[in-house]
Amino acid sequence: MKTQLRLMFRAGLIGGLIALHLTLVGMVEALNKREIIEDIITLGQLLLMGVGLGTAVYALGKLPRERRTQREGWWVALGAVSVVALILGLLALAIKPLNLRFMFQNASPALVRILTFDTPGVLGLVKLWAFLLFSGALALVYLYIPQPWDRTLSYAVGITLLMGILRALVAPLLPDIISDFLFTPSGLTQIGAVILVVLWVLFLHYWPDFKARLETWQKEAQTPQGAPIRRRLNIAFLVAILVLLLLPAILRDKGSYLFEVLDMVGIYIIMGLGLNIVVGFAGLLDLGYVAFFAIGAYTMAVLTTPELPFVRQYIPPMNFWEALPIALLLSLVSGILLGVPVLKTRGDYLAIITLGFGEIIRLLVISDLLKPILGGAQGITGVARPTFGSFVVNESWEYFYIILVTIGIGIFISTRLRDSRLGRAWKAIREDEDVAVAMGIDHVSAKLTAFATGALLAGMAGALFSSRLYSIAPHSFNVLISINVLCLLIVGGMGSLPGVVVGALALVGLPELLREFAEFRLLVYGAALVIMMLYKPEGLWPEKARVSRVAREVFGDRLKTLKVE
Amino acid sequence: MWERLRYRLRYVSGTDVALWIVAALLLVMITVGSYNSLTSGRYTGKQWFDFIISGLAQGSIYALIALGYTMVYGILFMINFAHGEVFMSGPFTAYFLAEVLEQRGLFETNPWLALGLVMLLSMAVSTVVAVSLERIAYRPLRGAPRLVPLITAIGASFFLQYTFRGLYTPGFKAYPEVQPLKGTWTLFGLEIQRMLIAVFVSSLLLLLLLYAFVQFTKVGRAIRAVAEDQQAAALMGVDVDRTISITFAVGGAAAGAAGVFYALMFRQVNFFMGFFPGLKAFTAAVLGGIGNLPGAMLGGLFLGVFESLGPSLFLEGLGVPAAYQLKDAIAFTMLVLFLIFRPTGILGERLAKRA
Amino acid sequence: MALLECQHVTKRFGGLVAVNQVDLQVEPLSIHSVIGPNGAGKTTLFNLITGFYRVDEGSILFEGEPIHWLSPTHIARKGIARTYQNIRLFGDISVLENVLIGMHTHLRSWVFEPILGIRHFLDEERQAYKRAMELLEYMGIGEWAFFKAKNLPYGQQRRLEIARALALEPKLLLLDEPTAGMNPKETEETMALIKRLRDDFNITILLIEHDMRVVMNISDIVTVLDYGEKISEGTPEQVRSDPRVIEAYLGRGAATAMAMATSSTAQGD
Repeated sequence: MKTQLRLMFRAGLIGGLIALHLTLVGMVEALNKREIIEDIITLGQLLLMGVGLGTAVYALGKLPRERRTQREGWWVALGAVSVVALILGLLALAIKPLNLRFMFQNASPALVRILTFDTPGVLGLVKLWAFLLFSGALALVYLYIPQPWDRTLSYAVGITLLMGILRALVAPLLPDIISDFLFTPSGLTQIGAVILVVLWVLFLHYWPDFKARLETWQKEAQTPQGAPIRRRLNIAFLVAILVLLLLPAILRDKGSYLFEVLDMVGIYIIMGLGLNIVVGFAGLLDLGYVAFFAIGAYTMAVLTTPELPFVRQYIPPMNFWEALPIALLLSLVSGILLGVPVLKTRGDYLAIITLGFGEIIRLLVISDLLKPILGGAQGITGVARPTFGSFVVNESWEYFYIILVTIGIGIFISTRLRDSRLGRAWKAIREDEDVAVAMGIDHVSAKLTAFATGALLAGMAGALFSSRLYSIAPHSFNVLISINVLCLLIVGGMGSLPGVVVGALALVGLPELLREFAEFRLLVYGAALVIMMLYKPEGLWPEKARVSRVAREVFGDRLKTLKVE
Repeated sequence: MWERLRYRLRYVSGTDVALWIVAALLLVMITVGSYNSLTSGRYTGKQWFDFIISGLAQGSIYALIALGYTMVYGILFMINFAHGEVFMSGPFTAYFLAEVLEQRGLFETNPWLALGLVMLLSMAVSTVVAVSLERIAYRPLRGAPRLVPLITAIGASFFLQYTFRGLYTPGFKAYPEVQPLKGTWTLFGLEIQRMLIAVFVSSLLLLLLLYAFVQFTKVGRAIRAVAEDQQAAALMGVDVDRTISITFAVGGAAAGAAGVFYALMFRQVNFFMGFFPGLKAFTAAVLGGIGNLPGAMLGGLFLGVFESLGPSLFLEGLGVPAAYQLKDAIAFTMLVLFLIFRPTGILGERLAKRA
Repeated sequence: MALLECQHVTKRFGGLVAVNQVDLQVEPLSIHSVIGPNGAGKTTLFNLITGFYRVDEGSILFEGEPIHWLSPTHIARKGIARTYQNIRLFGDISVLENVLIGMHTHLRSWVFEPILGIRHFLDEERQAYKRAMELLEYMGIGEWAFFKAKNLPYGQQRRLEIARALALEPKLLLLDEPTAGMNPKETEETMALIKRLRDDFNITILLIEHDMRVVMNISDIVTVLDYGEKISEGTPEQVRSDPRVIEAYLGRGAATAMAMATSSTAQGD
């Protein structure tokens, strides 16, 4: 009994502290403006619900499996949630009499109204309690649903809510009639939510069958008689790619905001691919990575803008394609130049040195010293846009194609290098530099090549960034960019290429689509870094021990006789 | 002859040569710049003196923060990147107490008491933040590869920054003025701002106190024992977890005190105030030889003075416009140069166990 | 001419003289063992030969050329490969790639060849993969090729480390306590393996051991170090009967001798 009580309070206190943090930091209030399901639940409430659910799951997880569905499980889970309710209730009661707002900017009457569901007096507190009890009970209900349906149902609900949250992404993809029916300007309609849940349940339920059939097809296609199937699969694949490629052009009117976001995601993917070579492959933690991004962006801007009279005395403004190779070359060279001094240092010192370099470069850019060349704190406007003959790339969806091509090149380079002699040298240095050197690897040139390749990609991203934004200012190049890129690598999984894409979509795409959330972006990034390091240091999409293309070709069927992890 | 030379130079590589050339160039630039400035007579002796005093005051604050970096590094071999945020959390929270006390007039009637209360709260908050940081984020990662705790610390740093931003507004808050510390004192015929002297002297006292704590108390001995060899210390009956917590607490308290001094000197607090002082204090710790307490103090003072003199002394002498803008750049250049050329610092790393 | 020659090599750490005026001559195609109690300076000697420590005094010649002023990379390229007492594999990458990294110095490609997919590069890679697999199979761990190295069982990790060193095609192979942590049967097998290595690959082997009984059967020459100094050298029989060796090993009381016999896994030097 005593251990259960302790567990209940422990879970409740952890949940309560998290809930307090979320409310006082202002996240609940900010997200409360978004109604996810019309008149039913807002994003802020969903957040609190998540805390309640999480608390109950945590408490239940500490119990032995067979005791979870007994009375004990109910008591512990609901008790823990009640502790959370108590803490939040106390907060709601204390805000006014203690004038908490003097200190905590978010402890406002509006927050009290959110916590008590617009109901004054005791009834409001009861409502809060009931709400949290309900969210905790969801965890218990899950335990009672029979096997295949528990997952199906919870995934369906989860995906539906996600669609509501990412309305800005999903709604423009659908025809107007359907999206008007399913979506409100901020989230889902009630009927829409129900329909989506049902559809997703059906889809998820039949998905295993469908997948099995796909797999048998694929197997048949491998056999000598499978040529027609193979041809059909290839055609389907090509059509899918074509549709994906044409999608921006089709959606350009409706989804201009969407493409602004996707452009940003794409630029981060390019940077992520570059940093992945430096950190993920070669293991050199570079916190000044933004410097190369800045060098690419500034080179492009300085060379193409009609402003900056000091520079224009000597060089006439160039066009995009003339400036691009110079920008790439400069970032490459700067990658080598900044690489040389840090060659001798390792690990954490390297991280700090590169951070220092990044900051020095930023300070130099905003200083008056280089103002005639770099435009000082105001930055530079009038950066050239890419042209193809007389066609000028202007819109964000048009840029998206260029970015897509660059990403393709980045991925191509990364995969080719990963399985080469150079890539193996990088990995050896990452794993154990002393041994790598004892194997005859020239760590100096290997590291410099890593820095140079990474810098090249960052410079490319920078050049595209400045051209796409038409103007640049030094504050876009602070250390937070480096942290962003590092963060998306770590969340996706260091060294993993799909991880870069997943990380960029999750960490750059999601916050852009959730404008209310933008303010808390770095808060969440910080928390994500800590949580990933504590619980899942290999990332969401880690790299497996792969069989490279050459290995498949050389060993062929023999691979099947080998042990697999 | 050639053989002998080659033998002597056997461990010198091309990169070494390139780096030494860069270093020599920088030294030449500093010398030329300083010579130009000093001969041009743009600043009077009094002004140089003021630069040095304010550098010392600023440097003593760096030294207090650096203490936390250096002690944690000494024990865990990790850079507690979030230490700058520990430094920020104290004074930012204590601002609200200061505001209340100001409204109640305590800063008028009994400024020392008011200052003491603010200081106490600030130190308490920073200590709590530092200790919980260790408990929640760092302790589970002991023994992980070196980069893992560093990345965690970076994450914690941003988490704390934006937590406090969310809690207490993103804007700047102005600390109340302390009457007795306004104006100037005349020492040896020179006018000196009272605030600078007060900050300098009290930081120095605090530093000595903390140094004595580590050097002469039983707990301090335990800290040094754990820094020397964790396993051996554990076998000798030292509670390693508790000792590490105490180390973080001491570092946090020092940072909290430093935070109040900083807030009094610059009269404003903000959620971002910890980032640059934190980096600079780390520079100070590296300058003095990381893991080395007296080194951190000297490193802090040296960095403070260097940074305060630098812009006027050698940057203006080289004809750089608005040189004060590059004050931070000087500190970071020092950081980079020291990490590259002499990562063991001026005094040498007390704990030469770096892998 | 000796393949490797150490002349009056001295290394100091502060006040401690870890290796003191040691002379060593390793004859081509011999199996030469360096033995000595813990802390005798054996691993330090290896680190001096492979260039990880700077030689304070004296010189090291490989095939008659001084190598003590070269960087570890260049020493490896001259044809000296080593293993480590506490196995140091590239843990997070596959077993096959570990061996491929060992072949680094024998491959030529760098940045552009793989990106452009030049045929010469692809051929070279195919050859390398085949050779790496052959080496793994020679060491009896071919079936593990696509495991992450850190997930191998202990004994296989030792074998992989040797395979990786062999991939360098060294003239001289330095083995640092290759039997550490093994039971008597495994030790026996490893010794047989080392003998086979010399004959199959035509290499010279310099071996560190800490338990002298282990190396007696396979060594041509045994050098005994104690407190950084060479106290004896000769054939196993000569060394075994040398009173100074007996004193070094047994003169410190039964407790030390016991500890030596049982704690061969302990990290020393």
